[in-house]
Amino acid sequence: MAKTLAEKVWDAHVVRKGDGVGANAQPDLLFIDLHLVHEVTSPQAFEGLRLAGRPLRRPDLTIATEDHNTPTLDIDKPIADLTSRTQIQTLRNNCAEFGVRLHSLGDAEQGIVHVVGPQLGLTQPGMTVVCGDSHTSTHGAFGALAMGIGTSEVEHVMATQTLSLKPFKTMAINVEGTLRPGVTAKDIILAVIAKIGTGGGQGYVLEYRGSAIRALSMDARMTICNMSIEAGARAGMVAPDETTYAYMQGRPHAPEGADWDAAVEYWNTLKTDDDASFDVEVDLDADTLEPFVTWGTNPGQGVSLSQAVPFPGDFGDENAKAAAERALQYMGLEAGTPMKDIRVDTVFLGSCTNSRIEDLRAAADIIRGREKDPKVRMLVVPGSARVRLEAEAEGLDRVFKDFGAEWRFAGCSMCLGMNPDQLEPGERCASTSNRNFEGRQGKGGRTHLVSPVVAAATAVRGTLSSPSDLDPAPESAAIRTDAA
Amino acid sequence: MEKFTKHTGIGVPLRQSNVDTDQIIPAVYLKRITRTGFEDALFSAWRKDSSFILNQEPFNAGSVLVAGPDFGTGSSREHAVWALKDYGFKAVLSSRFADIFRGNSGKQGLLAAQVAQDDIELIWKELENAPGTQVTVDLESKTVVCGNIVAPFEIDDYTRWRLLEGLDDIGLTLQHEADITAYEATRPSFKPKTLPAKVS
Repeated sequence: MAKTLAEKVWDAHVVRKGDGVGANAQPDLLFIDLHLVHEVTSPQAFEGLRLAGRPLRRPDLTIATEDHNTPTLDIDKPIADLTSRTQIQTLRNNCAEFGVRLHSLGDAEQGIVHVVGPQLGLTQPGMTVVCGDSHTSTHGAFGALAMGIGTSEVEHVMATQTLSLKPFKTMAINVEGTLRPGVTAKDIILAVIAKIGTGGGQGYVLEYRGSAIRALSMDARMTICNMSIEAGARAGMVAPDETTYAYMQGRPHAPEGADWDAAVEYWNTLKTDDDASFDVEVDLDADTLEPFVTWGTNPGQGVSLSQAVPFPGDFGDENAKAAAERALQYMGLEAGTPMKDIRVDTVFLGSCTNSRIEDLRAAADIIRGREKDPKVRMLVVPGSARVRLEAEAEGLDRVFKDFGAEWRFAGCSMCLGMNPDQLEPGERCASTSNRNFEGRQGKGGRTHLVSPVVAAATAVRGTLSSPSDLDPAPESAAIRTDAA
Repeated sequence: MEKFTKHTGIGVPLRQSNVDTDQIIPAVYLKRITRTGFEDALFSAWRKDSSFILNQEPFNAGSVLVAGPDFGTGSSREHAVWALKDYGFKAVLSSRFADIFRGNSGKQGLLAAQVAQDDIELIWKELENAPGTQVTVDLESKTVVCGNIVAPFEIDDYTRWRLLEGLDDIGLTLQHEADITAYEATRPSFKPKTLPAKVS
């Protein structure tokens, strides 16, 4: 039978088919190839194992890192916040007790869990990957079935290396055409979410397809898959191809020799069959896409940067209208204001969505030789210690520092403000992260989600801006694209 | 897990869509390493506003939350479910739940009952017209009763069975340990292992 990519990966991991058929069918039990762990969603799971006297079944398929709570300054000093310090110390104790590999603050492989897995070559095509973090969907960029789970499921995977999963529906997101200069993977995914809504992907695994997706680098594909959860999807995937293999080759945990050949032979089968069908298909035109930005308090509330803040009355649905009214009030915005007239206080370049080396390069190219708006604060937080080292080897840290940005150590940072990197009440931020929820980046903080190049241009002008708004505008050819 | 068959308690109308998990429990509370004691964290930003529904009697004693569509979107934090339970909620009604939130609820014995939006609107009106009205959520018959309103709700059969029986997931899975071991023996050698650690 013809299958989609997601169905192939699912079928290859079924340990036990659920009993029963139709509405009475029990979920399938699936094997999990890689379990990523961090300090926030694991302590209660480790404690559960301890209370039940259960071992962690496969430490050799488990890896942990410290990311959510970690400070991005003074990382050689004890963590000032005592509850954060306790949570990090608890992870260290648990990993030591259960034999889990841990990359701690200060280690060259420490960083955001979704940046670390791919960078070590642990995320590979055709795998099942889980983590107690909703942005696990990032790893789908490799053609892996990757899902965020809650703490009870974290404990379940620790104890059994499996998960009971309900079947999913499939949705193709077809993106055909060529992105214009200054338009990026981030704009694709923000436009997809605005189109299908924050619940549009609910129950689905999304497969991103089409010429515009094929042309993207791995870093860019990760940006897209990362935000699948913002459309409510169970997971997002891109079929592996030569771009994927080129990224994989030579990574510390990539297969070698005969294993590499066997792996590639298998990976080549990981495509949706030509005669397979999706439950739903959605089309997006890459040729006409513009830089995208959110105006509201959920990631579906976005428009093209050249547009204006919408009027609540424009929404037909009563719930959407009420949500828009509430969002405008929280965001302190007037309907009808051009997005480009909106002034920001802070620019945040970072998060598991946009903190990889290409994101930093793209932003650095925009600001090189320019001056930051003096009223804007800019934070640059590399996704991992390795990305930071790589960027420093290329001199990007100098570009950011000369511009007046703060060059920080790796972690989740201001994406969710669990560490000291937070917005003040009422402060407005252009952020390359993934969620513009009320209070997400700090109590009362106001978030506009943008791409790295829009973040960079905004830091120069002080208002939401695209690279083409700069004076002088960069040559089109000088704006880094997300191409492979 | 405690068995869930039927619950009756004060209904709380939360007229809002897209109630994300950052609203249910802000990230600052996720630094704790315990599984209980999150009642203070529930909707903590909104509870600072005296007009918020949970700051009004008798809704502050509610145990059935009736919310707009797309409840529980965003982060995978199970703390959102713990906070709702710790506050005293036994069931949440919405026309659409985020997948991870719904999964987490099922693991913790919090009933996430999917009710058609038209019925949600009727229940909202009833609860606002007569604050303190009791809502009964019956998992056996998959119905919600609120005043004269009787509405069906949806929940997948597997979760329903586990809730009715109060079953522990890990215990269920470990009954099939032989299958897991057999599967492990077939994994190809090219699949990566985290140990021994390799770094760049």
